[in-house]
Amino acid sequence: MRGPNDRHPAKAAWLIAAALIVAMVGIGCGGSDNGGGEEGALQKIGKPEGELNLIAWPGYVADPWQSDFEKETGCQIKLREAGTSDEMVDQMRTGEWDGVSASGNASLRLVAGGDVAPVNLDLIPNYQTVFDDLKDQPYNTVDDVHYGVPHGRGANLLMWNQGSVKPAPDSWDVMLNPDTASQYNGQISVYDDSVYIADAALYLKTHEPDLGIDNPYELDEKQFNAAVDLLKEQQPNVGEYWVDAAKQIQSFANEDVVVGTTWQYQYFALLDEDAPVAASPASQGFLPKEGATGWSDTWMISSEAEHPNCMYKWMDFIVSPDANAEVAQYFGEAPAQTKSCDPSTLTAAAKADGLSPDPKFCDKYHAADPNFWDNVYYWITPVADCGDDRGEVCKDNNEWVSAWTEIKG
Amino acid sequence: MEAADALASGPKRSVGRRLADLFHGHPKLGLGALLAGPIGWLVIGYLGSLAVLLIASFWTVDALSGETTRNLSLHNYDELVSQGVYLDVALRTIGVAAAATLTDAILAFPIAFYMAKLAGSRSKAALLVAILMPLWSFYLVKVYAWETMLSAGGVINWALEPIGLHSPGFGLTSVWLVESYLWLPYMILPIYAGLERIPNSLLSASDDLGAHPVTTFRRVILPLVLPAMVAGSIFTFSLTLGDYITPSLVGGNVQFIGTVVFANHANNLPLASAFTMVPLVVMVVYLMIARRLGAFEHL
Repeated sequence: MRGPNDRHPAKAAWLIAAALIVAMVGIGCGGSDNGGGEEGALQKIGKPEGELNLIAWPGYVADPWQSDFEKETGCQIKLREAGTSDEMVDQMRTGEWDGVSASGNASLRLVAGGDVAPVNLDLIPNYQTVFDDLKDQPYNTVDDVHYGVPHGRGANLLMWNQGSVKPAPDSWDVMLNPDTASQYNGQISVYDDSVYIADAALYLKTHEPDLGIDNPYELDEKQFNAAVDLLKEQQPNVGEYWVDAAKQIQSFANEDVVVGTTWQYQYFALLDEDAPVAASPASQGFLPKEGATGWSDTWMISSEAEHPNCMYKWMDFIVSPDANAEVAQYFGEAPAQTKSCDPSTLTAAAKADGLSPDPKFCDKYHAADPNFWDNVYYWITPVADCGDDRGEVCKDNNEWVSAWTEIKG
Repeated sequence: MEAADALASGPKRSVGRRLADLFHGHPKLGLGALLAGPIGWLVIGYLGSLAVLLIASFWTVDALSGETTRNLSLHNYDELVSQGVYLDVALRTIGVAAAATLTDAILAFPIAFYMAKLAGSRSKAALLVAILMPLWSFYLVKVYAWETMLSAGGVINWALEPIGLHSPGFGLTSVWLVESYLWLPYMILPIYAGLERIPNSLLSASDDLGAHPVTTFRRVILPLVLPAMVAGSIFTFSLTLGDYITPSLVGGNVQFIGTVVFANHANNLPLASAFTMVPLVVMVVYLMIARRLGAFEHL
């Protein structure tokens, strides 16, 4: 079609080049205008745009706090629930979303790819009272620049069917030791993401100390191969590799699988359905004896956010005492906000969620106990740099992903 | 005529009239204008996206950010060849596609034969509706239904338990079963059309000459209907080869081309693109063979 919009290609190229130069100059100016905030971050929250597009883990954006936020700010949320960090990274690169609840194995990739913008924490008053051990962490802060607001943290769960798995397991042995795992042939449920290799590495850290595994995300060739081999042995016993939380709930409810790794979200949903499932006891912090992999999530804002004001409002809202207590109890994870642990706040939040009151929730989830988290290894993107004197010999994310395909056979 | 001429040469000739005049004198121009849209769609929308896919398969992924970097290399193809898992997955998928195709051919023939040669017009119509009916319902619903039926607490286990058998569970067998179910209509219809084309007199002649029904089937019907079967197999084979939903719902822990491409599309698009070339090449070869067997006249 010919028309007034018909542009000469060379002309279009010049326009793009000019736009790029303007953008780069803009970023440069943002840097020099550093009035206490982060470089390139929003300086002042303006009028909310009325819309907010979020991509989040299941259970992170739900009622009652979602409606409260929409009523309070007028920002209507469009939500997509993601099953893996890969999906979150992939979706964030479309530029469709204003924000994401990124785990450590997504956050660094998003920062490195320039998909998320620095956050001006001065605009997020509730950040002040967030637990100190969640601030300035490698998965939310790069080169002293803050890329988001902590949401909460937790450990991946070992869950089993009480009717089929006896006695109650206290170790990942039940699904990773080839001898015990074969008892549940075809009935083991494994998280379908390359990051699960870290679960095998963590198991080997206890059971094969000769390998010298310290951090399950920093694996050199020998350690990595041992973990991969263990998972290849596990593969014939696996009934399903799950990414969709709802599908895993169904598999456990139908008893197609009887033991697996899961999140609190699925566990509580199954308890609600009166399914005969159990998980590592709360008294042990939900941890099997080897410890567990886990997550410490961060709300990040897209560098192309169309609704930045609403996103800043959300980042402040989700770490406000009431909302953070509601989401933490609904999902079953430790809140990020210290004030959420106030017994009266917890009780009110539980009531809003329709749960029975649990004033000791924060103790149970070790929200204020930094030492507990030593045994929980937050998801993080594996990189070649081992972070110690071994140097650049560790397996990077590409190699983890490629090995994961190989493991599944 | 005079009135028309007066209009055409008058000062107020409409755009439509002028266009009509233009096309009237130039039949090729008219044909070109008519086909420009559909052909443009085919070239840009179909072939263009395949070309992009091909180019993307030579790109690589940055280790830290996971972003696609546009340096051309053979890295992905090297990985596909050097890691045995991709060959295993490709062969497994092709195997299931072939098995589902064969199953459908065996199941479809008697039904199509009955419809074409034996059934009255009323039962023929009823059968046609019965075959087409499943195509009206949403594909995903059918796969979900199979998922429920095949599960440990599902109806298949319930029905088979009294005779000491159980559901195949989720895995290779279930994928084969569900794919065979899903694409059966696509096999029945071409075979039915192919059988309709065989004159009944041919079958009578074979009978009159003393041929056993099996011989008639083997020497008369099968050679004549084979191109139609191959035409049907193009659908059953290619649809199984590219399917992602069925393996992900009833495939259990078994990987297929579709699930591997899906698992990689988010974090290694170039590798996923390279792996997509496998079914593409398989289908090109398949279609070349199908063309030789005369299947294209039966599509």
